[in-house]
Amino acid sequence: MPVSETKLLMKYADEPGYTPGIESYLAVGGYEMLKKAVGMKPEDIRGEVKASGLRGRGGAGFPCGVKWDLVDRKSGKPIYLICNCDESEPGTFKDRQLVHKDPHQLIEGMMISAFANDVKFAVIYIREEMPKGAKILDAAIDEARARGFVGSNICGTGFSCELIVHRGAGAYICGEETGLIESLEGKRAYPRIKPPYFPAVLGLYNCPTIVNNVETLCNVVHILRMGAAEYCKIGRPNNTGTRLWCVSGHVQRPGYYEVAGITMGQLLYDLCGGPLPGRSFKAIVPGGGSMKILRYDEKFKGKKPDGAAYEYGVDDIPLDFDGVAAAGSMSGSAGMMVMDDSVDILEALANLMQFYAHESCGQCTPCREGSQWARKITARMCSSNAKPGDLDTLYDMAGNIGGRTVCPMGFSTTWPVQSYIDKFRDEIEAKARDNRCGMPREARLIQK
Amino acid sequence: MSEPTKDDGLISVNIDGVDVRCRPGDNIVEVAASAGCEIPHYCYHPKLSISGNCRMCLVEMGLPGKDRATGKNLTNPDGSPLIQWFPGPAIGCGTKAAPGMHIRTKSEMVTKCREGVMEFLLLNHPLDCPICDQAGECRLQEFSTHYGRGYSRFLEEKNVKPKRTVLGPRVILDDERCILCSRCIRFSREIAKDDVLGFTDRGSYSTLTCYPGRQLENNYSLNTVDICPVGALTSTDFRFKMRVWFLKQTPSIDTETSVGCNTEVWSREGKIYRITPRRNDEVNDTWMPDSGRVLYKQVEAGNRLQQSLVRGQTAALDEALREATALLKNGPVAVVGSGRSSVEEQFLLAKLAAALGGAKAQLVSRVGEGDDLLVSKDKNPNVRGALVSGLIDALPEAKLDGLAASIDSGKVKTLLVVGEDLTLAGLSEAQLAKVAIVYIGTHLDATAAKAAVVVAGLTVFEKFGSFVNQQFRLQKFQKAVPGPAGATDDLVVLASLLANVSGSQAPSTLESVWTAMSAERPVLAGLSYARIQATGTLLDGAAWSGLPFVETKTLHFEPAAKPVLAVAGA
Repeated sequence: MPVSETKLLMKYADEPGYTPGIESYLAVGGYEMLKKAVGMKPEDIRGEVKASGLRGRGGAGFPCGVKWDLVDRKSGKPIYLICNCDESEPGTFKDRQLVHKDPHQLIEGMMISAFANDVKFAVIYIREEMPKGAKILDAAIDEARARGFVGSNICGTGFSCELIVHRGAGAYICGEETGLIESLEGKRAYPRIKPPYFPAVLGLYNCPTIVNNVETLCNVVHILRMGAAEYCKIGRPNNTGTRLWCVSGHVQRPGYYEVAGITMGQLLYDLCGGPLPGRSFKAIVPGGGSMKILRYDEKFKGKKPDGAAYEYGVDDIPLDFDGVAAAGSMSGSAGMMVMDDSVDILEALANLMQFYAHESCGQCTPCREGSQWARKITARMCSSNAKPGDLDTLYDMAGNIGGRTVCPMGFSTTWPVQSYIDKFRDEIEAKARDNRCGMPREARLIQK
Repeated sequence: MSEPTKDDGLISVNIDGVDVRCRPGDNIVEVAASAGCEIPHYCYHPKLSISGNCRMCLVEMGLPGKDRATGKNLTNPDGSPLIQWFPGPAIGCGTKAAPGMHIRTKSEMVTKCREGVMEFLLLNHPLDCPICDQAGECRLQEFSTHYGRGYSRFLEEKNVKPKRTVLGPRVILDDERCILCSRCIRFSREIAKDDVLGFTDRGSYSTLTCYPGRQLENNYSLNTVDICPVGALTSTDFRFKMRVWFLKQTPSIDTETSVGCNTEVWSREGKIYRITPRRNDEVNDTWMPDSGRVLYKQVEAGNRLQQSLVRGQTAALDEALREATALLKNGPVAVVGSGRSSVEEQFLLAKLAAALGGAKAQLVSRVGEGDDLLVSKDKNPNVRGALVSGLIDALPEAKLDGLAASIDSGKVKTLLVVGEDLTLAGLSEAQLAKVAIVYIGTHLDATAAKAAVVVAGLTVFEKFGSFVNQQFRLQKFQKAVPGPAGATDDLVVLASLLANVSGSQAPSTLESVWTAMSAERPVLAGLSYARIQATGTLLDGAAWSGLPFVETKTLHFEPAAKPVLAVAGA
């Protein structure tokens, strides 16, 4: 039987007639959880969130409750809450949906989180390239403030928390939490060195700071509504709740899907309609452009509870943090990019390298120089100028980037390069050979 | 040195298998260096905040393992602590020493990291070392030899970045050589307090630039050139003048104010090419003002005295000294010394003043604007030297009104002046015309022009000596270049005059002057020129602590924020 979506965050947003306005949100029970929250003890809310097992939806999947626990509450300094809406990973567009279609859900989630963490000032850091989202959020905050859900004396309880929208200037690095904080402080968005400065202790203006993704904060509303125990029933243990998967590329019905507890094959076939007519799947990038690519015909080794080994394919990968990780990649920001047999894998890699070379912030030597080098090599291989040994150089050089930089974004060059070469070396070498003696790049692309 | 004991607050850090004692929180790059182990680095500078971006100092790090459940230390079968190594490399500059920490600086992973970083750094860097002005002082060159892979795999076209970008009146940027270590940015912000530099553009197109409408023009701008680890920032004054390996380095002291910044004078074949700071953590850290760097130009200034003069005519030293002696013996003499003379010269001058009638010499005060960094209000480098040597008892005054009155009343017939232009100290030309002047100095000023006898002396770059700075720190300077053939060391001149006037032998060498000084001046007891340490010797200035000195504080780098230790689990 075909699976269906498990709608939690997008339950109402996708309904016909539902608008980003506050009336729509109130009509479906909006802000009831905030009213409930301000009557609770903050530590009880934090306990619920921790018990829910909610893992951060920004990419790393760090448990939200644990992140909140790390906050230094004894420093006497104000605690800040930042909503990371700097969504810019290739293939990822889920936060945009939440902001555009149901901004009050985010605001409510933020206000509950603010109350739970004694936050008096919260910020939504939104990417420059989402001007519409910024306008929607501004309007929504005004509405919420007029109703007493944001600002001073929230819900008449004496709890006050200001919420503002801050528009970034458009840089990939601003999605990294310390780069975001630097940007918010008005500086060039260079990530901070960690350790010792973790945002939970020294974040915005050297005060304890929580940085959470849009989807993570939206989930807080539902955790409170359902209770941790009930929430945990969605998904698998350690992978609780739903996830908004963004599927782009060569499927019949690309888009975003809110699902829980299904496999990659169920998403690709049941929800996305399978490959385009006459085509077959070739490769999947599961969690956004920086994640390792999976060959569609790849086989993985698993272990059943009784210890027996078995083999499974891409279609059977459980679609959650641990499932994708077990297959050697990461679910990251859940931006799934699907490639069918029409894709020139070398072109795809060159395209990604162009992105990461452009977006490298330039702070650390390996990422700054390595990403540009990878771009140049892959672009050259795509033109008629590939040289023997290019791939070995590329592979080895990429290995010198990831894990050697201030922030984890060095991996954005390393992982694609190494996984594309690991999985498709023969094809890339053949393409490079063909390109060398073949027709100009533009002509080849048009012919496809 | 005695072996540190357990309760001295020190901890043990293991570097490449060798236990090194250090303070908790010490920087690992420094700890390794103290053990004779070099961790190469570009962006790290001991006096600046940590940026950790060059990634050259990557090392492997491990900590003693703890059992999560019980909190007990994990041990190997032989009972030694079990070291849990981090899976990836860590930056040495951002790592603080912790008890039991293990560091590997020569492992396979570290070697590969360094080769990788060197290769990346050189990708877009022009490999034009033979013409680069930083040759000889370029760490890119040095580290590529020591830690690089030896060849490049880069087949692509290099990025083309601008050349000869003028950042300010004294600093030029060759963009294509910049490795974006941000030392210059951090220096401007943290030390010079002139936040004027920043990066613009992204990725490998990032470039260093001044903020719009601003220039790197503060009085400390040339320090950015000193700390630039590659050939990106160069001094407009020194650029392409001379290869550094041809130059001789002579330790010296900046004479522009009483701070007494420690300097290095770079010369070749009797010509000075530049002055750079010399590290002295007690005085100037590793910095010095731009204004002190151009002082070498006084050596070849147009008004430099090349010969002694008697009544305006060139004269041999003997003749000048004979004339001077006659004038000094002739009548009541007033002595004006200099806060720019060395301690030794001041001591001899004090002797000479005593021999000439017992009156104390006077000094001319020179007070201007200080900057709370390395330029103090007192523009004399050695007022305290004059106190220490016994030349004066009270602080100098800006205007020599008493002297002017004495001249007017005819109480003074002869003036012995060392290196001071009295027209700037309140005396009129008419007053100077009333007396016979014996002038010992280096440059032809209004007073020298009026003098009956002028004896050409040596600048601070041309002789040995010492100054006492505002902390009462006795610091020595050394001779970098010979002076003009017709100029003579003040010590010799003063000793000759003293001998002529008193009729007895006078000490004329540094050693003999010091023998006399340490015997006569209790504050210098037990000292000799050779025993003054390279970073200076602090004297007990308690005897003069009540005097109203004009200086404010000296520069010392203090980190902006106290480091906070990482939280658990993160």
